[in-house]
Amino acid sequence: MKILTLCGAGIGTSGILKVNAERVLQRLGIDARVVAIDVSMLESELDDAQVILTGPEFVDAIGSTFADVVVVENYFDTAELQRKLELALG
Amino acid sequence: MDQLPALPALPDEAVVLGARAGSWREAVELAGGALAASGATDAGYAVDMVRMIEEHGPYVVVAPGLALAHARPGPAVRRDGLAIVTLAEPVPFGHPYNDPVRVVLALAGASSARHLQLVAEIANIFNDSDAVERLAQAASADEVREILGVPAA
Repeated sequence: MKILTLCGAGIGTSGILKVNAERVLQRLGIDARVVAIDVSMLESELDDAQVILTGPEFVDAIGSTFADVVVVENYFDTAELQRKLELALG
Repeated sequence: MDQLPALPALPDEAVVLGARAGSWREAVELAGGALAASGATDAGYAVDMVRMIEEHGPYVVVAPGLALAHARPGPAVRRDGLAIVTLAEPVPFGHPYNDPVRVVLALAGASSARHLQLVAEIANIFNDSDAVERLAQAASADEVREILGVPAA
């Protein structure tokens, strides 16, 4: 399974989401590859992605997709992330 | 052990406590000024950080009260760098959940790979903790360094 974390530069806030998503996935025993990207990489990465984790500012940029778009409020709150990931994957 | 320390040092020049900023732009510029004063970046990096927010919105406000200002690695970055600005009066960035901002953490990475390593370290500091509150209340650069677990030099 592939999960994208999306932000403006692909190296900052998406990086936080990546490490915290990996932490939560490990806790849940879910095997997935998490890729941090910026908006310019969306087109090439979106095809086989199952979930996209991002902030509210980037939802419009994603457009129509079969992937679950999960909007994260507090990037450091792994409990929030776990709740939302379980919902998206469950 | 990694060859590079987890996070770069935080010299006194990179810490500004109880600053006054009239707008998110001023707050980010203060943090950019602190990065430049520490020698980690050129003055232009502050402009790059502001532009990221102009282009993509206030997404850098990643947790209640905390803005993680940053831009891409480039010629304005001399070396990895970290700066902390705490605001005397909280400043709205226009974020739907995490406004207003009390602490701006500015980050510069010498490369994209390094930048990703640095944000992972930062995540370790702020996960499930009251680090933002403690930073907002910090009264000295030493206290800030203790919270972040970084040296002065």
